[in-house]
Amino acid sequence: MNNKERQELALWAVEFAKKKGASEVAASIDNSRSSEVEVREQKIEVLKESTTNGLSLSIYRDNKYSSHSTNNLDKKGLEKFIAEAVEATKYLSADEFRSLPDASLYPKDLSLDLQLEDENYSKVSPEQRLKFAMEIEKIALSKNDKIISATGGYWDSYSESVLVHSNGLVAERASTFFGASGSVTVMDGTARPSGSNWGGGRQFSQIPSSELIGSKAVEDATRKIGQSKIASGKYDMLIENRTAGRLLSMFFRPMQARALQQKSSYLDGMLGKQIASPLLTLIDDPLLKGGFGSRLYDGQGIACKQRTMIEKGVLKEYYIDNYYGKKLGMTPNGGSASNIRFELGTRGFDAIVSDVNKGIFVTSFNGGNSNATTGDFSFGVSGFLVEGGKIVKPVNEMNISGNAKEFWNKLSELGNDPYQYSSLLSPTLVFKDIDFSGL
Amino acid sequence: MKAIINRRDFLKAGAVTAAGVAVLPHVLSSCTTGPAKIGGNMTIHDYLEHFGVTEQMIQQIIAEGLSKGGEYCDVFFQHNIANYIGLEDNSVNRAYSDISFGVGIRVLKGDQTGYSFSEEVSLKAMKSAARTAANIANSSATVEPIAFETPKLPSYYMIKTPWEEVSINEKIPYLQQVNEKVFALDQRIIKSNVWFNDQTSYVLFANSEGRMTCDYQPMAQLSVSCTAEQNGQKEQNYFDYSGRRGIEFFTPEAINTLANEAVNRTIMLFDAVKPTAGELPVVLAAGSSGILLHEAIGHGMEADFNRKETSIFSDKIGKKVAKDFVSIIDDGTNQNIRGSINVDDEGNNSEKTYLVSGGTMESYLHDRISAKHYGVKPTGNGRRESFRHMPMPRMRNTYMENGPHKKDEIIESVKYGVYAESFSNGQVMIGAGDFTFYVKSGYLIENGKLTKPIKDINIIGNGPKVLADIEMVADDLKMAEGGWTCGKNGQGVPVSQGLPTVKVAKITVGGVNA
Repeated sequence: MNNKERQELALWAVEFAKKKGASEVAASIDNSRSSEVEVREQKIEVLKESTTNGLSLSIYRDNKYSSHSTNNLDKKGLEKFIAEAVEATKYLSADEFRSLPDASLYPKDLSLDLQLEDENYSKVSPEQRLKFAMEIEKIALSKNDKIISATGGYWDSYSESVLVHSNGLVAERASTFFGASGSVTVMDGTARPSGSNWGGGRQFSQIPSSELIGSKAVEDATRKIGQSKIASGKYDMLIENRTAGRLLSMFFRPMQARALQQKSSYLDGMLGKQIASPLLTLIDDPLLKGGFGSRLYDGQGIACKQRTMIEKGVLKEYYIDNYYGKKLGMTPNGGSASNIRFELGTRGFDAIVSDVNKGIFVTSFNGGNSNATTGDFSFGVSGFLVEGGKIVKPVNEMNISGNAKEFWNKLSELGNDPYQYSSLLSPTLVFKDIDFSGL
Repeated sequence: MKAIINRRDFLKAGAVTAAGVAVLPHVLSSCTTGPAKIGGNMTIHDYLEHFGVTEQMIQQIIAEGLSKGGEYCDVFFQHNIANYIGLEDNSVNRAYSDISFGVGIRVLKGDQTGYSFSEEVSLKAMKSAARTAANIANSSATVEPIAFETPKLPSYYMIKTPWEEVSINEKIPYLQQVNEKVFALDQRIIKSNVWFNDQTSYVLFANSEGRMTCDYQPMAQLSVSCTAEQNGQKEQNYFDYSGRRGIEFFTPEAINTLANEAVNRTIMLFDAVKPTAGELPVVLAAGSSGILLHEAIGHGMEADFNRKETSIFSDKIGKKVAKDFVSIIDDGTNQNIRGSINVDDEGNNSEKTYLVSGGTMESYLHDRISAKHYGVKPTGNGRRESFRHMPMPRMRNTYMENGPHKKDEIIESVKYGVYAESFSNGQVMIGAGDFTFYVKSGYLIENGKLTKPIKDINIIGNGPKVLADIEMVADDLKMAEGGWTCGKNGQGVPVSQGLPTVKVAKITVGGVNA
């Protein structure tokens, strides 16, 4: 099935659901092809190829709402599926806020090319995939004799989807993704710390060299040799750019309309107020060319545009989806984060670390969680002790704890080095006086 | 591992009924015509009919899978039906459902795996998927069709009524009752969310060694989350019941307990403090604290890591790792518990496996590949999220046997420490052995007594060190009530865990510094 046929099927599904009694309907049909190969000891460990299909329906029947999905796209099966879905909806309670988004919120122009698709996707051969993974492992193994196990991996995917809403939206999109990774385990007394590295993007050409991936994976593992926990106390905290997304994700749930409406957001009532250090400016940028989170419209068909979420520490916007937007009386603007860009600092990591007198450079989070209602958080961390501007030794098995309300005010510097392999394009971040638990 | 608090996307669900009777399309049109059987009493022939395949077709798929010189091939048919209904702001105003149907085909050559799947069960589509999986080998071979044998399997989760026969109308009152009780229990409650998930999975498995199995796997979960407000301060917490249960499990007593627990766990947080940061004695309450075992030892004992020598437990079999009274089990045979399986996802019998017996490391958790690698019998731990995924060693229900101590003497033995009671998630670094779990609520222990509540702190320790530091084990083993899902390599599977009251001499607890 191609996107044109998918569109026809989606239009048919919408019409069929209406015929069965739905007042409004949204239908999306997705298809995704993916390949992956993993190599160990210069042999294929795993070779996997797959194609998945899915149809999702949102049914609105006299302000009653339900949604349903199936991977069986056979029309005859769908007839029964849709009829039952519409029938089931009538047993739910009516809810005046249940309706499709207002048609004025749909994208006006779908022609903008976000560069999410590599037109040479189908030219990548199984041999190329395997060679990439083989090389990564080989390079990793050549770098250090303490390695117990190394793997090289490669994967790619091609996804297409169509979205049809009964009040006037017909949209489609396609995207590709390519990635390669290395992971390495080394011997360290009785422990076996591991490290990894990966890179990729929307274009095949964005995968870094196998040399870079392999050697960085080895470095990530070997730098942990001799790690131990150190004394509890307040330390300055530097966060490696590729790790910082975990902290940032603390913002996203409390920023959502659902959390506001359900009184489970510590950011409720904070619009226009200072919630972080004036150094923090966060921009949600869905139209970034080739971005990991780029999109012209969100899952509900609402057109996306660039928005400043936090400006110089002041909360400027929430993420408002269709349903909770209606419930709150706020205009829907896209219900979740896309790409997040930061206003960057001026210095790189080396210059930043040279100014840290007593700190911990966090390179990895291990578990932990945050509470969207109160802002409380606590995460396991590992990384390096920094003293007198120098990285002194690896540390692990420690926790950081605090409350987001105070924590983001402790942000004291941002680097000029945004991480490129994520939709969260965070630079190195520095925080003052963070509570670490260790010995 | 995560409690399914905000994981509704994981169990996408809903309810589909007509005229008050559930008529979910449990048989897709690509399968049989006419009335089909459902529930736990189906024979292997019913399953073949359900998936619209014959033994001969399966033989042909396996032959195709082995056509390039693979040593072993298996096929895994699965039909999964998931339903969800939710209450918010006092009304049951949302329902989701998901139907997923297909077949996974795996070819093995030594430790190497070729995998593909098809969402169509036509012979052509399945043979094409088998050819893709066959590519793990690169010679050529012709195999003779093998006759299938179907072993008699035990049943660890018979339920009274299949979920396909429970209508949306029957479920709605449960949500309303929980909601009403939550608001009646405490006037500080300002929001209540209640949701009901049920899931039914039909699995048909066959392999090139001639084994054919089938299994009917029900699952249910009733959850409540509430938010309370006092003097401008808001707190939120959660409780749920989950298991391979039928609707009969959700008795009026269960509904009462559910509402009570959720409210109590929320209200207590108004007075919660944070402990002093650093290493502290930690007492784990009986029940879901078994998360300690899941993270500290369970994952590290999954034999795929050990086969690759990447686990901190790689050289520990036969070694003394804990005190004599510590025995740790991973068990797929507990009646109606969430992680139980009649047969694993590669056709092996489920069993009760000792990871640690009398303080000594006893066995890894094996799938077919690792069992062959080590030359041992599979332990029935080969599990997968769905037909779209290949199996690997996974836990089932992981728990510790009762020990010689009493709960009260354990708490009395602690001068300053933490009593951890409810949890949201955990994680482990397999090689370094560092594991964590997040404590949603518990208490400080001061001078041998539970005093102020605590909330939202992470605990981090090292697997082998913590095992050695288990100082006391009580005689009150309890299994977790809630719905836990274990994630590994992007695959989620339902699990459970349990623990008697246990004291660990010291673990690093998140908190504040003076």
